[in-house]
This record gives sequence, structure tokens and C-alpha cells, in this order.
Amino acid sequence: MKSFNFKSATNTKEAVKLISGRATFLAGGMTLLPAIKLRLAAYSDLINIKKIKGLSGIKVSSKSLRIGSTTTHAEVAASKEVGKSISSLAILAEGIGDPQVRNRGTIGGSIANNDPAADYPSACLALNATIHTSKRKISADKFFTGMFETDLKKGELVESIEFEVPEKSSYAKFPNPASRYALVGVYVAKLKKEVRVAVTGVESCVFRCKKLEDALSSNFSSSAIDNVNISSKGFNADIHASAEYRAHIIKVMAKKAVSSC
Amino acid sequence: MANLVGAKIERKEDKKFLTGKGRYTADINLPKQTYAYFVRSPHARAKITKLDHSKAMKAPGVIDVFTGDCVAKDKIGGLICGWKIVSQDGKDMKCPPHPVLAKDSVNFVGDHVAVVVAETLEQAKNAAELVNVSYKVQRAVTRTDEATKFENIHEGIDNNLSFDFLLGDKGKTDEAFSKADKIVKLDVVNNRLIPNAMEPRAAIGDYNTSSDELTLYTASQNPHLDRLIMSAFNAVHPEHKFRIVSPDVGGGFGSKINVYAEDVVVAYASKKIGRPVKWVAERSESFMSDNHGRDHVTHAELAVNNEGKITGIKVDTIANLGAYSLVLAAVTPTYLYAPLLLGIYDIPTACCTVKGVYTNTAPTDAYRGAGRPEATYVIERIVTEAAKEIGMDQAEFRKKNFIQKFPHQQCLVHNIDSGDYNAHLDKAIELADYKNFENRRSQSAKKGKLRGIGFSTYFEACGVAPSAVVMSIGSGVGLWESAEVRFNATGNVSVFTGAHSHGQSHDTTFAQIVGDKLGVAIENIDIVHGDTDKGPFGMGTYGSRSLAVGGTAIVNACDKIIAKGKKVAAKMLEGKPEDIDFKAGEFILKNSNKKKTIGEIAFACYLPGTFGDVNSPLPEGVEPGLIETSFFDPSNFSFPSGSHICEVEVDEETGETKLVKYTVVDDFGTVINPLIVEGQVYGGVAQGVGQALYENAHYDESGQLTSASYMDYTMPRADNFPQMTLDYTCTPATSNPLGAKGCGEAGTIAAPAAVMNAVIDAVGTDVQMPATAEKVWKALKKNGSKKAAA
Repeated sequence: MKSFNFKSATNTKEAVKLISGRATFLAGGMTLLPAIKLRLAAYSDLINIKKIKGLSGIKVSSKSLRIGSTTTHAEVAASKEVGKSISSLAILAEGIGDPQVRNRGTIGGSIANNDPAADYPSACLALNATIHTSKRKISADKFFTGMFETDLKKGELVESIEFEVPEKSSYAKFPNPASRYALVGVYVAKLKKEVRVAVTGVESCVFRCKKLEDALSSNFSSSAIDNVNISSKGFNADIHASAEYRAHIIKVMAKKAVSSC
Repeated sequence: MANLVGAKIERKEDKKFLTGKGRYTADINLPKQTYAYFVRSPHARAKITKLDHSKAMKAPGVIDVFTGDCVAKDKIGGLICGWKIVSQDGKDMKCPPHPVLAKDSVNFVGDHVAVVVAETLEQAKNAAELVNVSYKVQRAVTRTDEATKFENIHEGIDNNLSFDFLLGDKGKTDEAFSKADKIVKLDVVNNRLIPNAMEPRAAIGDYNTSSDELTLYTASQNPHLDRLIMSAFNAVHPEHKFRIVSPDVGGGFGSKINVYAEDVVVAYASKKIGRPVKWVAERSESFMSDNHGRDHVTHAELAVNNEGKITGIKVDTIANLGAYSLVLAAVTPTYLYAPLLLGIYDIPTACCTVKGVYTNTAPTDAYRGAGRPEATYVIERIVTEAAKEIGMDQAEFRKKNFIQKFPHQQCLVHNIDSGDYNAHLDKAIELADYKNFENRRSQSAKKGKLRGIGFSTYFEACGVAPSAVVMSIGSGVGLWESAEVRFNATGNVSVFTGAHSHGQSHDTTFAQIVGDKLGVAIENIDIVHGDTDKGPFGMGTYGSRSLAVGGTAIVNACDKIIAKGKKVAAKMLEGKPEDIDFKAGEFILKNSNKKKTIGEIAFACYLPGTFGDVNSPLPEGVEPGLIETSFFDPSNFSFPSGSHICEVEVDEETGETKLVKYTVVDDFGTVINPLIVEGQVYGGVAQGVGQALYENAHYDESGQLTSASYMDYTMPRADNFPQMTLDYTCTPATSNPLGAKGCGEAGTIAAPAAVMNAVIDAVGTDVQMPATAEKVWKALKKNGSKKAAA
């Protein structure tokens, strides 16, 4: 680990102001700190945002569920409000990492990092989320731009994530046996106006699967998936799974998700 | 006093380990300590064309940088192969030079090139980035089955072949095959594994410039052997001025048997700079540079007659040694492997060849089971195939071929002293409810799961080993063990063992033995190990040897204590030594009520006099003190055996395998502490299941290790396991007075075959280890599963 300055901000404005040069925000640090330790990343300053009041917490209305960016996975998993309005999201949070990660890691950190195999980005896409930042509102469709890349600008801080409350939804994850990140994760949501299906772990960035969305829009049942042909072109291939296997598992997970909706 | 041997006594060492009070090498910090960081090769194979460390030398906090040139100049010897094998043509195996810091070439990713010593670890790491090494990168070979066809990676070692070993009778075996009614053939891969001890390796060199004494703290399974090798071969420091301390060690599994480059280098560097030098492996260094295990490619054939009797076995194996040959690299895939291919079956003839090959991968060596898991996997897979092919029940076919009478001289090497194989298989069948398996298979089918059952009836050669035997087949040392039992004047006991506990619970097991033997309370017995300055030379712990060999040395030393105690008691009780009985800690004069406790005798031995009385309580010719030493050299190996029965459910859509039922019945001979043995079996099975379903060290074409972290190397986890059913049978070993056979490796030896036989039974076609979801899915598809193809 290379040395860095550690600073704590008490409000968003201060946090943003502290970003200059090679500085970055620190929330749970579940990805950032290992990367620094392994010297894959080095920063002059880490700006701790965990002490900012108001960045953490869960608010529910009939139409939406809003989760503050420093809310931990454990808090989402245990939240009665989340369980009532979007139970699939609580289940997703319960399946992230291990207890240590869930108690430290945050939703804002997860989506700002945009790991290609992270769980939350698929929830954001499927649940038509809006990302509220220190500067603006960004729709999930525009937020996730590439591998470990988002539409966030330098010094822009995620403040909360607002999910649309769906009629039905479910997340089915086939974990990488080693890391237990998603080898394939499929989030299916039947929203008021549309059906959305988001897939994580399969390409360099989370994506919506139009073929599955089309099939489920006309018939929201697992049998509707049987005849969908998922092409493996452009899918990740690594020591854990070929592109072809991932394509197969997308269908299996999609069916599982729909069945448990 | 109640019997301690056989009792489920909670571990004496639990308190410190469970409350974070363990003292590992990394916990030790010495005054004026410096930190070492190794520059390692990023390439699998390259020539070093230039090494410039001038910038690093000027970096903040840097004390010195050492390279291959430095160690060569100071005549530090390279790392050695400690047990050499002779090829079938009578020639010695070929070992490439293995300098502790690379001189001209590097041969695997992680190979040690230079070391930076600095005031802080961060400074050492920063400076290491400034060491400029120019490499001329060469093509690399990593695959076991391609090594002999690749260009020579070491000068003078043609076809990258270290040895071509043969064991058995080729002529007789060929004849058996020519007469066989059926020949069963099998190709198997024994996947490469990374040991993953919980505590990464660590070493601190501490040279005392005043006394010329060198102390090396290192996480080792065998500190005395390390000292011997480092004195005699690496020329680090003379043995009498050299102390090695291996304090609490968090698991070894064979990966801490070797003297590693880092051990030698920190000791050397400390002498050079006159200050302590500390190195602690990062986990990624463990993945890259700890010795790996297994990595065989094997073709096996079994000759069977129409009655279902096995008449011969032929096995040809290629074993990947990695880039160099480590201490036990050659014996592991030969003498620890080939004789075990017979399993527990009465097979009249066998022939096994093993080609040991070099590749551009981390060196392989002993890993829990060392040769025996590989052999058990071959025989237990092929026996299962044979039973299937001739249409016999799995259990029946095994029983029909089991060795029935003991002692039994096998056609290869081993003379098995005792066993009752029907007994543990029958018990396992009962506990596993084998007769209702088909019902369970139907129940699983209703849930959309394919259920399979697999057997593994194993044996192993433990209690290593009779010195004359192992030295006759190439071992550089005898494998006896030592013990010193030292009564203190106040009646408590210090026991020094040459064995080493790195999770085996010697503090408890050995104390139970001594407690029973001498009638001393367990809390008044201290087991001391892991320090060459305390206690006699010992061989360390591996090969399930500590109890059978080290435990026996302790028993023998206790017997000497009792014999001396009888002489002293005779004088004090006014009788003859032969009239003294010793029982439960008391010396009793026959036919009298006169007695002395062993504590009183110890006291008299150390304080041999009474005020006002010039007569010594010690008989004439008996020296004061009550300390006895024993070196035990066993007459034979010990042969634990057992039956594992595994059931799995395979998800037909995804290919995922779930372990649903696991039954083990072991014959470990005498069990000293069932609680500790259970722990060994659970852990051993978990490691074996890891090999079968999850673990795989993977190198890509260019020789990069692509499974170099827990993000990519799949370890078995608690949620992968059902509650296992464990039980025992007992036929005591005859080669040691305890009757103990060893239990530390059994689970890892038997489990891979049991699990894979179950997976293959479920899938209906061949699958190689590890049976990952995708591999099983592909096998299902190939086998015509519609669900898998959907």
C-alpha cells in the first residue's frame, strides 16, 4: 500500500471540495482498499464520506424506493421497508460477498465502481433507477458506461439511488464459485409500463437483454424464455466459464427469476 | 487416574488459538528489524540480460539489495532435491541448478530474482519497483502432457525429462494382460492444487554479530531438517551456531516442508547487514511460489477375469515437477505413489512408469497425502469402471478383490501388517444406507436432480518411515523420530519432540499419552517443539508420522524414565528394582504397602540428599536427574485404511454438483483422541472435495498463473458440505507399541475418488477433476441431456 492522506468530510459540499489531483471518495472501501493494497491503484487523498449525515438511509413511497449511497448491503438486506416494497433487492443485498463485506460495503460504492460482475448494477437497470448525484440526476440506462466506468464526472458524488417499485421482480444469481460474484446474474422486473431484464457478469458491463424483455413482455412466464436464442457473441470467457456456458446460464437464471417472481 | 488415551479431551491449544493469542512468525518483531521484499519474475521463462539495481540502492530507506551475483559470490548453495530417484535405465534423475536468487534465467512466474532490504516494508516495495531487470522472454511450456515434446527449458535436460521411473514386473504384468478376460482402460488428470495454508510463509533472519549465532524464525514443518539442509547444502551458517525456531505455524499441508529461497535469503541478508531481516509472504506470493501439489496425467489399465478377480494393473503417469526439483518433488510421484496404486486389493502383478517432467510452472512437491491421493484416485476410479463394465455391484466387486489375510506382502513394496477391509466397508454401507440408495435417486429425480453414489476404499502408507528402507530408495536422511522426556524437580514434565505441530494438536495428544504412561495430570505436561535449541534433532511432521513414530519415541523415553524410577524407588523403599511395580504414577514395592509417587522420585533424583543424612537416596551408579531421550526408528510403515461413500446431486440444467451425503469409516488403529481425529477427517475430506469439485491451479499458454487469488482459485467452503457421518473400526498397527496408524491425510486421500465416482454415476459419462459446473454441463450435453442442451 502506498501512503495517502485520509480526510473525512461532514457534508457533501465539503467532500466534493476536497477532491483534487489524485483524490477519490472512500465509502465502504471493499474494492478500493484491496486495490490500493495490491498497488493496482494509488491515490494522494482518500475522502471518507461515511460520516456525511443524510447519505445513508432508506426512504419508501408507493412509487419508488430511495436508498442513500452509503447505506450498507447489510442494512438493505435487513430493511423491512425494502423487504416490503422490493423484496428482490433485499435478497440481492443478502447475497453480496460475505458478512464482513455486507457490513462495510455500500450501494453507492458498488454502482460507482461498476464491477462487471457486481450485483447492484443489474438492479439499477432492471428497476429503472435514477441515480441522484451531487450535481444531477442520471438514469441507470445512461449511468453504466463500460467496464469499471460510469457517467460520473470527477468529483461527482452519488448521493442516492431511486428505484421504481415494480409489480413483480426477482434476481437470480449463478455465483462464480471462487469469488461468489455473479458469473451470471439476471434481474427480471415487471414494471408498470415495461418488462426489464438486466444481466450482469456476462459482458464488460451490465446490460439489458432485449430478447428476454421482448419475450417476457408478451408472456411473463418462464416458458416464454424456452424459445429465446441467446447469442454468446461478445460474452466474457475465462477460467470459470466459456461464453457459450454463460449464454446458457442466462436462460436458466432468467427462468428461475421469473418463476420466483 | 482415568484413561486419557481414547478420551475426547478438548485441545489444550484451543484457548490461545481461538482468542488470537497464537504467536506466528509474522507476530515476532525484533529490535532494529528490517524488511525484505522480493523482486520476482513476471515471465514464465526468460533469460536475464541485465539487472541494474543502482536506482533501488539510492531509494529512501534502502539498506541493501541482493541479487544472484551476490549469493554466487558468497558461495550460498542452491536449493536441493532431498530424495533422488533412479530412472529405469539406471541413471540418476536430472536436477537443474536452483539458485536462491536467479542468476541467468527465470523459469516460472514468481521465480525469485532479487531482494530489497529496507527500513520499512513500504520502502522495500517502492525500491523493488526501481530494480531494473531486462528479460529476453522465451516460449514457455506449462502443460504436463506437452513437456517432453517441448524444447529443453534447462540446459542438458533432454525432453525436459528428469526421470523415467519404473516399479513392478513388466514381463509378468504383460503376461497377465495377455490372459485377461477383460481389460479396463482409464485416462485421468490429477489437477494441480495450491496448498493454501491459512498462515502464509514467513521468515526472519537474526544474526548476532557478537556471538556469531544465527537465528532463523520460519514457518516450517521441520525446523531441524531445515537447519541441516541450510548448513550442509546452502552453506548459510554452521549447524552448531544456527538455531531455527518455528513457533506457532498455521497449517502446512506439505508446503512448509521445503527450505525455500526466502528462508535462505533472509538468513543470508541478516548476516550481510548485521540486523534482523523480516519477510512475510503476501497471499499472492503464496499462490505463485509455495510448492504446488499433484499435476499428473495418467493412463491406467486393469486386467480382470470373468469371475471378477483383478489379475494385474498397468499405470503410466506423467508427473509435472514444475520448474525445479524441490526436496520431496521426485519421491512424491514415485515411491509415495506407485506402490499405492494397488489399493487394498490382492493384485498379483503390477507395472507402473512415471515420467517426471520440468515445465515453466511453480515447483510441485508434497501436498497433503503426497502421492497417495493421486494413486488412490487412479485405483478407485478404475475399480469402479471395472465393476460397471462387468456388471457387478460396486461393493461386491471391491470385497471380492480385497486382501483378506495379514500380514500381506503386496507385489509392489509394501508389507501390510494389519487391516480388516470388509469390516469398514460393511460398516460404511450400513451407515450410508446403501440399500435404499435407489429410492433416494428417485426422490432426487422428482426434484429434477441427478443423484449419484461413489465409493472409495483406500489405504495409505503412513508413519514414515523405516530409515534403512527409505535411504535404500534414495532418501537423503533416515526418518526416525526423537523425544526427550524431562521431569522437573517439582514433578511436572517437559516433553521435547522432534515432530512439529502446525494444526495436528500434539500439545494435547502427546500429553494424553505421557499422562497415562507416567500418571501425571495433563496440565502438568508441556509439549515442546519447533525450536532447534530445545530438544534433540527431529525429523518434523508430514506423512502422518507424528503419532506412530514421534509418539512411540515419547513412549520409549517414558519407559526409560520408569526403569530409572524403579531403581531409585527400590533404594528408597528398601527392595529390589525387579520387585517394584509402576502403576498410575506410583512405584509400589510388591507384597507391601510401601510406595513412592513419581513426583517424589523425581524430587529425589534432583535433590539427592536429606539434611543430617549423608546417604544418597540414589543407588550406586545411578546419576542424578530424571531426563531420558529416545530415538525411534520404525520397523515398517503403518497402513491406515477406510471406506468413504459419497452421494451427490447434479443440477441437470446448470451442471452444478452438490454434496448431499458423506459417510466415512476409517481404521486408524488406536485412536488417542477421537475429537482431534474427527477434526483431521473433516478437514481432510474438505480438502479432497476441494480437489474433486473446486480447486485448480491454472496457467495460461504464456505461463501466467490465472488462478492467483481467491477471486479465481476456488476453495471449498463450509456451505459446500453436508453434515458428514464418521465412524471407526480398529485393527492396531503392529509396527509401533501404540498401535497407531495415522490419520492426518486420510480424508484428502480418499475423498476425490469417492466424489468423482458419485459425479460420474450421476452424469453417466466421464468427467475430469475438478468437476466444475461447466465441465459437468458439457458432459451432460454430450451424453444427450435435453435439459442441459436447452
